[in-house]
Amino acid sequence: MAQKKLKTADELTWKDMEVGNVITEPGNASLRRTGDWRTERPIVDKEKCNKCGLCWLYCPDAAIKAVKDGYYEPDFFYCKGCGICARVCPREAITMIEEEEI
Amino acid sequence: MGKILEVRWHGRGGLGAVTSTELVARAATNEGGYAQAFPSFGPERRGAPVIAFLRISDEFIRARTSIYEPDIVVVIDPRLLRVVDVTAGLKQNGVIVVNSMKSPEQLKSDFGYRWPVASVNATKIARETIKLPITNTAMIGAFLKVSDVVKIDSVIEELKERFGARAEANIEAMKRAYGETVIKE
Amino acid sequence: MSRRVALEASHAVAEAVRMANVDVIAAYPITPQTHIPERLAEMVANGELDASYIPVESEHSAMSACLGSSAVGARAFTTTAGQGLELMHEAVYVASSMRYPIVMAICNRALSAPISVWADHSDVMAVRDTGWIQVFCQNNQEAFDMTLWAFRVGEDPKVLFPVMVNLDGFTLSHVTEPLFLPEQSEVDRFLPRLQYRLALDPEKPTTHGALGFPSIYAETKIAQEVALRKSKEIVLRGWEEFGNIFGRHYFPVEPYRTEGAKTLLLTMGSLSETAKMVIDIKQDKGEPVGLINLRLWRPFPFKELRQAVRDANTLIVFDRCISFGGPGGPVCSEIRSALYDQAKRPKVVGFVGALGGRDMSVKDFEYVVDRGREIAEKGSEELFEPVGVRGEVSGIRG
Repeated sequence: MAQKKLKTADELTWKDMEVGNVITEPGNASLRRTGDWRTERPIVDKEKCNKCGLCWLYCPDAAIKAVKDGYYEPDFFYCKGCGICARVCPREAITMIEEEEI
Repeated sequence: MGKILEVRWHGRGGLGAVTSTELVARAATNEGGYAQAFPSFGPERRGAPVIAFLRISDEFIRARTSIYEPDIVVVIDPRLLRVVDVTAGLKQNGVIVVNSMKSPEQLKSDFGYRWPVASVNATKIARETIKLPITNTAMIGAFLKVSDVVKIDSVIEELKERFGARAEANIEAMKRAYGETVIKE
Repeated sequence: MSRRVALEASHAVAEAVRMANVDVIAAYPITPQTHIPERLAEMVANGELDASYIPVESEHSAMSACLGSSAVGARAFTTTAGQGLELMHEAVYVASSMRYPIVMAICNRALSAPISVWADHSDVMAVRDTGWIQVFCQNNQEAFDMTLWAFRVGEDPKVLFPVMVNLDGFTLSHVTEPLFLPEQSEVDRFLPRLQYRLALDPEKPTTHGALGFPSIYAETKIAQEVALRKSKEIVLRGWEEFGNIFGRHYFPVEPYRTEGAKTLLLTMGSLSETAKMVIDIKQDKGEPVGLINLRLWRPFPFKELRQAVRDANTLIVFDRCISFGGPGGPVCSEIRSALYDQAKRPKVVGFVGALGGRDMSVKDFEYVVDRGREIAEKGSEELFEPVGVRGEVSGIRG
């Protein structure tokens, strides 16, 4: 989960531009909240989960993280709601629900 | 300058907000009026929030800038309400039209909107008619419920031309949404 | 009977190309021009247009293919934007020097870096000196009309120059609005068949693209320059004929409510339409402000520009591109130069804005007019003022 606050374009003046517009902070793509793109979100039923890790393996955005006790959970800051985790789960432990229901 | 209606459509890449504005613009043109439809430009990618602009007038439209003070905002995906300030610049006597499973009263309460809110569960209608959760044609119906700027028959003609064999389902989506849209002042 | 339809500007351009019955289309897709080659490819594939569509591997190849096609007397069309125009840069010079009447639609796009797909005029300003005839469009009707007109003028035996038709990327190319489409018979009356007398032909062998030694190169360039200047006569005649057949009249310099105006604003492309709204607002308040829409960029319309600004005290020029380290925006510096020798000339004030797709609102143009008048009165240390740039700007000095 990203903590640092990303400055929006509106807060930057021309004097803030680095030479050649070079981006000097490595890995700052991690500050981008792609979770806003979601219309559905995955919900994990721990009762059914067998901790196989296939959801973690298949997630195209590395948005599923290993949590304690060997379970895996989506990181909703990034999760775009593509539903691949729900599709590959061999125990059908993941369901996609309409984001609006939250 | 003549009367001009400015509408801002909030959608997601791939859900057809741009197409909606084009269809309404074409319908208005066929009725002899003037219209202008254009997207908020960008390297479009599926799922990302996009904006499409629509202007309708009885006179030639000069403005080629973004719409800053819309009369109506149409939101074709409810999740956008938490992510984008859809009411930015909305005129005092403006209207919000939303695709949502919630009632207008609930939306007003959840988001504190002071404007009239019209809502319809366009996702459900779309899944039942065109068998896909693509809400753009249904939302044209919702839009026409709050604004009589274009005749529904004119839009039906455009849907037939655009969608060919799939037109019937889209027309049904639009008509159902038109019928089921509820407005709360 | 012409028909009134709603089309996207890109599709309007494609429709004009179809009605002009081109022989060859060689183009590479690049945002925001893509809807033009896509529509043309579709038209060729489904038989609406009988032409060769060459899906080239780059913009450089696109222009090269057009050169070859034109050389054998085929009516050739291409289209590009931004980086694509730059990629074909060397071939762009060749087209005009070899006097091939190729028509190219440019959906004006900002040049990298940083990467931008959005509108400004840096792409077309970079090809100012290439020797093409160049015009700018304000709306969808003009996107259609100028494309048709471009073939008529470029191919005229007294001209034989390629023509660039400019439309702002996204803010014009992607707009759907109504326009009138003429009858094919009207188009055929306006645009005769291309008859290029020097076409490569085994029956009448010629050499195209020869070497030019120092002993002759200068003469060829003067010949080219004189011919381009003279082509203005046909540029105007082409618009006159267009007006007679289609009823829409175009001019190199188009004044809007300039009678009695002491302050004039000059813009190019689709921004002119938004700017006209500001003129109306100012005039309603009793302020004598007018607009000049500069349509013809090359060959530069000296006479018409000087005539249009004759009675003004202040001329505010809005550039959509920076000429780095130069004497101001490209359009502003050319206009200053055009007016330099005039006994009576307005104060010229330069602004630069709408870069990389930054929107110019009605309020932004109101600011330009108000601030422009202020600068004319009080002077400024800066060569031009950028509009809408965050952070106070200084240091744009000679």
